[in-house]
Amino acid sequence: MAGHGRSPCASCKLLRRRCSKDCIFAPHFPPDQPHRFSIVHKVFGASNVNKMLQELPVHHRADAVSSLVYEASVRMKDPVYGCAGTISYLHNQVSQLQMQLAVAQAEILCIKMQQESSSSLLISSRHDAHENKGFVFQHSSFDSPREFINYSSSRNHVAQEPLKRESPWP
Amino acid sequence: MSNFTRCAACRYLRRRCCGDCTLAPFFPSTNPTRFAYVHRVFGASNVARMLQQIPAEQRRQAADAIALEAYWRVQDPVYGSVGVISRLQREINAAQRELAETQAHITLYAARAQSPTTQFDPSI
Repeated sequence: MAGHGRSPCASCKLLRRRCSKDCIFAPHFPPDQPHRFSIVHKVFGASNVNKMLQELPVHHRADAVSSLVYEASVRMKDPVYGCAGTISYLHNQVSQLQMQLAVAQAEILCIKMQQESSSSLLISSRHDAHENKGFVFQHSSFDSPREFINYSSSRNHVAQEPLKRESPWP
Repeated sequence: MSNFTRCAACRYLRRRCCGDCTLAPFFPSTNPTRFAYVHRVFGASNVARMLQQIPAEQRRQAADAIALEAYWRVQDPVYGSVGVISRLQREINAAQRELAETQAHITLYAARAQSPTTQFDPSI
C-alpha cells in the first residue's frame, strides 16, 4: 500500500487505499495519530475535507486541519451544540463584561462629578474622551446570521457551560 | 412525487422528498442557502446521520448549530468557528483588563474622596 517503505498516512490507512507521494492528507494526518483523522472523517467526511484543503493555499492547510480537528472533537463531545455552544457561552461572557464595564465607567464619572462639585475644578473634554475608550466594546465581533437559525429559541438553549474553555490553539 | 414542496435538501440533491424525510423539518425550501452551506461543509449523509443519533427533541437545536458552524466555515475556510472562538476570547481578555483598570481607578478615586487634602491629579 505504501510506496518505498513509507507508512501510509492515517487517512489512507483508515480509508484502505494507497497513500501516494502527493497525498493531500499525509502532511496533516500522520500514521501515529489515527484519532485525528478518525474524528474529522466522522464529522466532515474525507471527501469534504479533501475539497476544503484543495481550495486552500498550501501554507493555510495546517491551520485549517487543526481547526477542523478541534471542531470535530468538540462536536463529538457535544453532538447537539458543538462549537456553536462554546461561541454562545463566550458571547454571553462578553455581554456581561460589557455591562460590568459600563457600570464601572458610570461609577467613575459619578465620582469625578462629585469631586468636581466639591473641589470646584473643571475637567477638560479631552479627559472625558480618554475615559470613553472603554466603550469600544459596544459590538462584539460575534456574527450569527438570523437566517441560519430557523428557531428563535435555539440561541437561548445553547447558552450553557462549554466543554472546553481553554484556547483551541496549543 | 408528493404534492408538498420539496425541502431544501431534497431540492438541492435533486431527489424525491418523502413524507418522512429526515432533513425536511430542519431545512425548509424557503432557505436553500442554509442547506447548501451545510452540505458543502458536512455533507448531507453526515448531517442526516448526526441528527438521527440525537434525541428527537434536540434535533432542531443541533441543526441550527450545524448550520451556524457551516456558515462560519464558509466565511472563513481556514479557521471556521474556531476563528470566532479566538476572537471572542481576545475580546474577553481585553474587556477583563479594561474592567480591572477601571475598578483600580474607582478604588483610587474613592480613596481620594476620603482624603480630600490629597492633590487631585487630572492626568490619571
